[in-house]
Amino acid sequence: MTSPQKVRQVGVDLQDSEETRPLLEAIEQDNPGANVSRMPGLVKIQKPGELVIRRETVEDRMGREWETHEFQVSIVSYSGNIAVWDDDEIVIKWEH
Amino acid sequence: MARAKLSMRERYRLLTRDLDWEPTYVEPEKVYPYTRYEGIKIHDWDAWEDPFRLTVDSYAKYQAEKDKKLYAVVEGFAQGQGHLSLSDARYVNSLKLFLCGVTPLEYAAHRHFGFLARYLDGPGARFAALCQSIDELRHTQTEIHTISQYNKYYGGLHNFSQMHDRVWYLSVPKSFFEDGISAGPFEFLTAISFSFEYFLTNLLFVPFMSGASFNGDLATMTFGFSAQSDESRHMTLGLEVIKFMLEQDEGNVPIIQDWIDKWFWRGYRLLSLVASMMDYMLPKKIMSWKESFELYLEQQMLEGLFPDLEYYGIRPPRHVQQAITEKDYMSHQVAWILYQFSFAANFNATVPPKEEMDWMSQAYPDTFDRHYRPLWERARSLQEQGKRFFFQGLPMLCQTCQIPMGFTEPGDPTTLCVRTSEYRGERFNFCSDGCKWIFDREPEKYVQAWLPVHQIYQGNCGGTSIPEVLEWYGIQDGVDNGEYLTSPDKANWDKWHAPSVVGGGVS
Repeated sequence: MTSPQKVRQVGVDLQDSEETRPLLEAIEQDNPGANVSRMPGLVKIQKPGELVIRRETVEDRMGREWETHEFQVSIVSYSGNIAVWDDDEIVIKWEH
Repeated sequence: MARAKLSMRERYRLLTRDLDWEPTYVEPEKVYPYTRYEGIKIHDWDAWEDPFRLTVDSYAKYQAEKDKKLYAVVEGFAQGQGHLSLSDARYVNSLKLFLCGVTPLEYAAHRHFGFLARYLDGPGARFAALCQSIDELRHTQTEIHTISQYNKYYGGLHNFSQMHDRVWYLSVPKSFFEDGISAGPFEFLTAISFSFEYFLTNLLFVPFMSGASFNGDLATMTFGFSAQSDESRHMTLGLEVIKFMLEQDEGNVPIIQDWIDKWFWRGYRLLSLVASMMDYMLPKKIMSWKESFELYLEQQMLEGLFPDLEYYGIRPPRHVQQAITEKDYMSHQVAWILYQFSFAANFNATVPPKEEMDWMSQAYPDTFDRHYRPLWERARSLQEQGKRFFFQGLPMLCQTCQIPMGFTEPGDPTTLCVRTSEYRGERFNFCSDGCKWIFDREPEKYVQAWLPVHQIYQGNCGGTSIPEVLEWYGIQDGVDNGEYLTSPDKANWDKWHAPSVVGGGVS
């Protein structure tokens, strides 16, 4: 590597709907510094380095039980690598 | 309701690893005969990681939910005469391109992932392929149902399957996918899962789906969101398969690099149809091809993904620099090709209205006013004199990408680019260094290409006159093809939107 490593953005694009609103709130809460922008029907969340989605935070926001598998119904696209996906959290970051 | 006792990880392991077994009655190579001949070495299939870890129960549950939501919207759209809210009937031409060009590829993907669901050695890989096969069939079905609604009101949409097999510009997507399915399983996965569904996916999908959203097409937009949630799994498969192959054996690296090089260029040339669509067929623009390319390819992929792959010794695709250089003019070149040959296509084309030309002057400050505005103004003038310009003849096609040879030398939009190769005493022609390079690696494959123009001249397309060819294509002359301003689509649109006291819309 000749140039200095800058921290690359990772991100996720979600459907912009009433259903995903609490999900978005949870993500914003768990990822301070995330940049949220909107296009019609779409919410783009970007953050340098790493993005985490925590089941507990989402359940807290939604007021009901939520399993991480549900995340794939709302996702439109993502940028980065899915490093972790288990019952409690999903982590997106670049690997190398 | 009791929570499942097994964790996601454990359920997945039981489905994939635990149900799998080593064959003992038959040699493993006989059970999986296709995964060695490409030279790719896999030492441990168990290293395949699937982040999504779906099992049959969760897959079925969430996919059913997506379908129900989508069809509810499609029904509402139909009942409410939703098509009348489109920005303009001209927008529907992008759907004609999509249904005939893209939907059949979804079906082909469904078939081929079904093949992989049987013939990949590893159970994790097989199950991911199985889920993708079902996804792709779902996409095929939902696209057909969503877009077929428009067939009730607009031309060019009535026979997508036959047109995909026969019509000249549709051989571009058809040959692209057939190149993939006639390759070995690892090349196919690199070509489609990685290159098409990860590397290039946003360049394909965002223009169509955002285009739908911006132009009042609720039905297609809803389909797009429904499909995109599956696409994130496909993207993951693509990234996973690439890393898996690269990590398994260093000897795999140069083979994969070659495939990345080939499939970037093939996919990029295919996307030229999308580029011209997004700049010329959408009355309400999302962004220019140039902007889209800069965001999705240059930033997200070259600056985001490729530094990760550098770790394995993979470099950005050969010929990517030409794609970057061409972003300033490629969409206009292809739009001009489609405009002048629309007499033989299932869509209508027209000179962009003044406001759109002004938008293009802004979006393409270095090239549009200099090279393309004069061309379109001349075309508009001819159209207004009742002498709408159509090319009088048939174009030479590139042997590899099968697009008419309207591309130019890199960095010079005024000089046509022609490359040639000789193979067994015959000369073959290419639009670019990229397409020539692809041919030269595997000439035996590309000399077998079914080139629509050659086939017409050989008399294999219904006859020697254009009307006979159009009939063979299944294109209704004067309805599906040619100029938009004089088309039935436009006449109907104007009629449906004429002020009226009684009722709403279509009669």
